[in-house]
Amino acid sequence: MQNKTEENLLVVENLTMEFASPRRFLEKQKPSVRAVNDISFTVKEGETFGLVGESGCGKTTLGKCIIRLLKPANGKIFFNADGEMKDLLTLDHEDSFKFRKKLQIVFQDPYAALNPQHTIMEAFDEPMRIHGIGGGDKEKRKELIAMSLERVNLQPDYMYRYPHEFSGGQRQRICVAKALVLEPKLIVCDEPVSALDVSIQAQLLNLMRKLQKELGLTFIFIAHDLSVVHYMSDRIGVMYLGNMVELAEADALYSHTMHPYTEALLSAIPVPVYQGKHDRIILEGDVPSPMYPPSGCPFHPRCSRCMAVCKQSKPRLEEKANGHFVACHLFDEE
Amino acid sequence: MKKTKQNKPVKSSLTKRSIQKFMKNRLAIVGLIGLFLLLTACICAPLLTSYDPGFIDLTQKSLPMSAEHPLGTDRLGRDLLARVLYGGRWSLLIGIAASLGTNLLAAILGCVSGYYGGKVDRTLVTVQEFMSLFPTTLIFILLAGITGRSINIVLAIWILTGWGGTMRIVRSRILSLKQEPFVESCRANGISSFSIMFHHMVPNTMGPIILNVTMNVGGYVLSEAGLTYLGIGLPADIPTWGNILNGAKRMDILLNEPLLWMVPGAAILLLTLSINFFGDGLRDALDSTTK
Repeated sequence: MQNKTEENLLVVENLTMEFASPRRFLEKQKPSVRAVNDISFTVKEGETFGLVGESGCGKTTLGKCIIRLLKPANGKIFFNADGEMKDLLTLDHEDSFKFRKKLQIVFQDPYAALNPQHTIMEAFDEPMRIHGIGGGDKEKRKELIAMSLERVNLQPDYMYRYPHEFSGGQRQRICVAKALVLEPKLIVCDEPVSALDVSIQAQLLNLMRKLQKELGLTFIFIAHDLSVVHYMSDRIGVMYLGNMVELAEADALYSHTMHPYTEALLSAIPVPVYQGKHDRIILEGDVPSPMYPPSGCPFHPRCSRCMAVCKQSKPRLEEKANGHFVACHLFDEE
Repeated sequence: MKKTKQNKPVKSSLTKRSIQKFMKNRLAIVGLIGLFLLLTACICAPLLTSYDPGFIDLTQKSLPMSAEHPLGTDRLGRDLLARVLYGGRWSLLIGIAASLGTNLLAAILGCVSGYYGGKVDRTLVTVQEFMSLFPTTLIFILLAGITGRSINIVLAIWILTGWGGTMRIVRSRILSLKQEPFVESCRANGISSFSIMFHHMVPNTMGPIILNVTMNVGGYVLSEAGLTYLGIGLPADIPTWGNILNGAKRMDILLNEPLLWMVPGAAILLLTLSINFFGDGLRDALDSTTK
C-alpha cells in the first residue's frame, strides 16, 4: 500500500510516537507510552480519510504528528508537493516552515481554540502575515479575512469581535475559516463537531463538505461518532491502542466488517427504530494501559474470538479484500 | 443579511463584567477611595503645604499642632505635614518601582520557565526555592555595612530576591496555557516562540500579574519603612515614611511627641490597608471563574 503515486496527497509510513514517562528521583523509570504504534496509510487528494477509535487510542496524537505539532519517534510522512513526494520529517527548518500552511488543524473544543484576548482579525492576521498571504499588504489581508468569513456564512464585520461574543457553532466555523485563509491542501479535523449540539453538527458537517468540493480540500477526519464518520468519510481507518486494526472504504467497512473490534464498535451505534433485539456486542474489561500493552494482538484480552496464536504474535495490517485492510489472525490463510 | 452598526472594535464585555463585579464589592471601593486620597495628597503636596520637607529651622523646633504647622514640627523644626506628604512621594515611588521591577522580572522568568520546561525550568525553580529561603534582611545588613545605604542597592536587592511568588504563578499559568489548542495552533503554523510567549500567553496571565503588582506596592512600602526604621534601608536624607519613623524612635519622643510617629505610622497603615482591600476586590473581579 506504500505507493507514492500522484493521486496520494499524504503517505504515512511506519509512524511511531512515544511519550517518555517523567523520571522521578529514586523511582524506577516507567516504560514509555507508545501512543501511535507503527502506523502506515495513504490519503488520496480530495478525499476524506476518517479515523475512529475510542478515547486514548492515539487518533489525536496521530493527527498532531501529521501537522508536526509532535515529533514522531520513528517513521516517515510524505506530502505531495506539486507531484513530488517530500518527507516532512526530514526537511530543514526553513523548508518545513513552507509546508506548515499547507496542513491545518481544526480542534475539538471551539472554546479553547481561539485566543480570548485577540479579536478574530488579530487571530487570522498573524499566521497570514508570517506566511506571506496577501503579499504583505494589510488591506489585502483584511479583504481575504472578510472573504473567508463569508465563505463560512459569517458576516465580514464579525472580524472586529472577540471570541467570547460567539456561540460554539460560530466559533467552530471561525476556526474552519481560520484554517482556510492560509489556503491549505489538507485539514486535520480533530473531532470538530463532538463539542456541538446535534443540530449545529449537521450544519457544520454540510458546510465542510461543501467547502471540500469547492476548494478541492483533503480532510483527515478524526471522530468517535461512527455515524458522523460514515457520513463524512470516503475511507476509514479504525484504531485500537495505537494500532491501525482495519482500514477500508467507508461503505465496505460498514457492510463487510472484518475485525472483531470494528464489529463491536459498529454494534454500539444507536438504532433509531426498534427492530426487535439489537445484537449489541459488549466488550469485556477495559482498554489495557498503553504503558503495558498485551502480548500478541493488542485486542486479544477483550476479543470474543481470541485464538492461541493471538496471544503470541501480533497480526500485521494486510489487504484481505480489494482495498480492505485488516490486522487480525482470523483472516490468516493457512 | 442584517446590517450591523459595529465597525469599530467593540469593548470587550469581559472588562465590563470585571468592572461591574468590582463595583459591587464595598470594601474594595473603600480601598480604592483611600488609595486615591493618599495618592492625590502626595502628588499635590506643594498645594497642601508651603514648607520644604528638608528645611531646618531650629527656632521652630518641637512645636505642637497650630494653624501655621497643622501637624507641628520635629526636633529640628521641620514641618511634619510637609515631611509626611513629600515622604509619601518617595515611599510610593520606591514601592511602585520595586513592585514593577520585581513583577516584570518574575513575568519574564516565569514565562521562559513554563514555556521551555525541562532543564531551564528545573534550574529556575530551584533558584526560586533557594531565594525564598534566603534571609534578605541579612543582605541588607551586610550591604549597609559594606557599601553604605543607597536607593539603587535597596531596589536591586528587592528585585533580585523578590521575583519568586509571581514567577511561580506565571509559570503555572503558562504551563496550562501551553496545552491550550490556540497555542498549539500557533505552534502548528510556525509562529515564533517569542510571539507565542509575549503576544499570546502573557496577555492571558495579566490578571494575576496586575494583582501582584498592586499588592506588592503595599508590601514594599511596608518593608521600606521597616528597613529604614532599623537604619539599614534608605539614606537618612530622603524623607520617606520609614525615615520619619526612624527619626522618632527615641523613648522621650515616643512618649512626649506622639504625632511624630503616629502620623507616618497612620499613613503606612492606611496605604497598606487600602492596597490590600483594593487588591482583594481586584482579584475577585479578575477571576473569571466566580460570578
